[in-house]
Amino acid sequence: MNIHEYQGKQLFREAGVKVLEGVHCKSVEDALNAYDSLGSKVVAVKSQIHAGGRGKGSLFCPDTGELLMEGGVKIAFSREEVENYAGNILGHRLVTKQTGPEGKMVNNLYIEAGCAIAHEYYLALLVDREAKAVLIMASKEGGMDIEEVAENTPDEIHKIWVDIDAGLLGFQKRNLGNSLGLSGASLKSFFRIIDSLYNFFISNDCSMVEINPLVRTEDEEIVALDAKVSFDENASFRHKNWNELRDLSEEEPTEIRAKKAGLSYVKLDGNIGCLVNGAGLAMATMDVIKLYGGEPANFLDIGGGAERDVVQEAFEIILEDQNVKGILVNIFGGIQRCDVVASAVLDTTEKMGLNVPLVIRLSGTNFEEGRAIIENSNLDCHSVETLAEGAEAIVNLIGGGQ
Amino acid sequence: MAIWIDENSKLLIQGITGSQGTFHGGKMIEYGTNVVGGVTPGKGGQNIQISEHNLPVFNSMIEAIEATEADASVIYVPPPFAAEAIMEAADAFDRLKGEGVVVCITEGIPTLDMVKAVSYVNDRPGIRLIGPNCPGIITPGENGGCKIGIMPGHIHAKGRIGVISKSGTLTYEAVAQTMSINEGQSTCIGIGGDPVNGTGFIDCLSAFEADPQTVAVVMIGEIGGTAEEDAAAWAAENMTKPIVGFVAGSTAPPGKRMGHAGAIISGGKGTAAEKFAAFEAAGIHIARDPSEIGAVLKVALEESGLL
Repeated sequence: MNIHEYQGKQLFREAGVKVLEGVHCKSVEDALNAYDSLGSKVVAVKSQIHAGGRGKGSLFCPDTGELLMEGGVKIAFSREEVENYAGNILGHRLVTKQTGPEGKMVNNLYIEAGCAIAHEYYLALLVDREAKAVLIMASKEGGMDIEEVAENTPDEIHKIWVDIDAGLLGFQKRNLGNSLGLSGASLKSFFRIIDSLYNFFISNDCSMVEINPLVRTEDEEIVALDAKVSFDENASFRHKNWNELRDLSEEEPTEIRAKKAGLSYVKLDGNIGCLVNGAGLAMATMDVIKLYGGEPANFLDIGGGAERDVVQEAFEIILEDQNVKGILVNIFGGIQRCDVVASAVLDTTEKMGLNVPLVIRLSGTNFEEGRAIIENSNLDCHSVETLAEGAEAIVNLIGGGQ
Repeated sequence: MAIWIDENSKLLIQGITGSQGTFHGGKMIEYGTNVVGGVTPGKGGQNIQISEHNLPVFNSMIEAIEATEADASVIYVPPPFAAEAIMEAADAFDRLKGEGVVVCITEGIPTLDMVKAVSYVNDRPGIRLIGPNCPGIITPGENGGCKIGIMPGHIHAKGRIGVISKSGTLTYEAVAQTMSINEGQSTCIGIGGDPVNGTGFIDCLSAFEADPQTVAVVMIGEIGGTAEEDAAAWAAENMTKPIVGFVAGSTAPPGKRMGHAGAIISGGKGTAAEKFAAFEAAGIHIARDPSEIGAVLKVALEESGLL
C-alpha cells in the first residue's frame, strides 16, 4: 500500500525524521494561503500522486489533452508563480514514466518551504528478500534516477544489511555516513535521521521507504526532501491508521471491489477474461493465453476454497468488463471444489446472460461433478481437459490474436 | 528414501482446534500421515476427534513433543500469531530433539515478522522451515504416504521425480504432468510465494541431488526476487540430475502484485524472461507452457538414459 508524500512527511515529522515545513493543499486558494503562512520566499510546488518521476513528468488537460506544463514539481519564487503552477497541476493529468501514458489525475498538492541545498543524496530502506534482512542503500548521486545510477555506476550505491535482532549498529551508520563523504555536524545529523528512519521502517511495517533526494543543507543539516513510503499490506491488522491514509482514488475501482470479496484481481489491457484458482496458476494461464496469440484482460485468483458467492462475484467482475471478448475458466482443484465453481458460473450466466465465448477447464477435486453440472445445463460453453487446450480454444473462438 | 519426511514421520498440528487445522488434519490422516496430536494454547488436556482418531491437544509445543516424540509440525495459525508459532516450534524441536521440520501454511504473515522468524530458525541449524504461504510437503508412499499441508493427496503417486514450486495450484499442475507420462513423485515441496520464507530452491535441489530415489526434478518459479536465478547458477555447478523448469508471470506488468506478496516485478528485477534465460544458461530443460512439463520431462529422462 502506497501513501502520498505529504502523508509520509507528516509521519516522518512524528517519528523525528527531519523534514521542511509544508502544507497539504486541495485548491489554488489553499496553495496561496500556504505560501503566505510558510513565510519562505522560495517554495516547492509538488504534485501528489502514487508514482515516481513527477519532476520530469508532464501535465495535460483531461478534457482537451492539451499540454499545460512540463514538470510536476516546480520551484516557485513568487506568489504569482505559486498560483500559476498550482493551477496547472490541480485537476489535471500528470504523466510520468511510472504512470503509463494515461497518467494520473492530481487532486492533491504539497507546498513546501525551500532550503539552501549543499548536496543531494539518495537513501532507501527495503526488505531484501534474498538476504532476508532490512537493506539500507545510499548514494552520493541523489536527485537522479537511481536505476540509472545502479546500472551505470553500481559502485556509487552503498549498502548495509541490518540484523533484525541486533538492530542498526553504530559501525554500520558510520560506514554508510563515511561512504557518503559526511563528517562533523552533517555526519551527526545523518546518524539521527538514519536511526529515526530505521525505527520508523520497523514500527510501521514498511516494505519500502525511498528518499530521493535526501539533502545536506548549507548549514550542515540532513533533511528528507522526499518521502516515498509503502506499507506491507499483510500487517494492516496492527495499523488501524492505514485506512485513513489510503487514497482509494489512486486504486482501480474493480480491484477494490475484488479485494473486498477476498479475490485478487489486476486489470490488464487484453480481451480474454481469466478466472483461476491460485496466483501461480493464474499467472501461468495469462502466459499460455499469450503463447497462443491472445491477450489476457485480467489476472484473477479466486484463492483456495472459494465459496459459491465469491466465485459468482469473480465471474460478474469479468462479465462486466467491456473489453472482455472471451472467457477462460481454469481450475485445478485442491481445496477448491470444481463443482462449486461450475455452479457459480451457471448461476451468474443465468442472472447476467453470456454474450461472449466461454471455455472451461476443470481438474482436480470434484472435477467429474463439476463437468456433469456444466454438461447437464444449457450453458453455451466449451469444456477442455488441459490449460493449453483451453487457451488455444478461447483464442480461436474470439478470432485469433488481437 | 525421498526427502525430509516419510511414512514414519510423526506430525503435530499447531492450531489443531481451528477450522483449518481440523479440516486439513482429517485430510492428512485419510492420506496416511501419522498425526500424533496438536497444540492450541489454552486448550491443553482436551482431546479432539478427527477422522476416527482421538488426538491429544497440548498447550505448548514443548509439552506436545515431550509426550508424542513428534518429528514435524504443521501450522494453521492465523497471520498475527503465525510467526510466533514458527518460533515456538523451532525452539521446542531444537531443545528436545535438535532437529525438526516445521511447515507453515498460513498466508498473509507480515514480512518483518518473517524476517524475525527466519532469523530465529537459522540460529537453530537442525530446524527446517517450509513456507509460509505454501501448500506444504508430500512424500507419496506405496499405500498412502506422508502429506503435510493442504495439497490434494489423490493426484500423487510414489515415484522418482522431485517437485519444487513457489505456487500451490501450479504444483498440482506439475504433479499431474509427471503422472501424464507415468512418472510418480519422490517428494513435492511448495516453498511458498512470500518475499521472505524458509527453505528455498537450492535447499531442495541439494536434497534431491543426494536422494537416491529421485532421478530428476521439476522446478516451478514465478516472478519476483532472484531465487530462480540463484538456484540456476547453483544447479549448473552442483546438479548431475536433470531439471525441468517453468516460470509463471511472463505477461505480468511491472509494479503490479500478482496475488502472492512476493510476485511483483520491481525496479526492473525479477522478470520471467530473466529467469528463463538463467534456466537456459544453466542447462535446465525449459517448459514455456505448464501443459508441456510432461513432454519436456520425458525428453530430459530420455537424454539421461532414464527411459
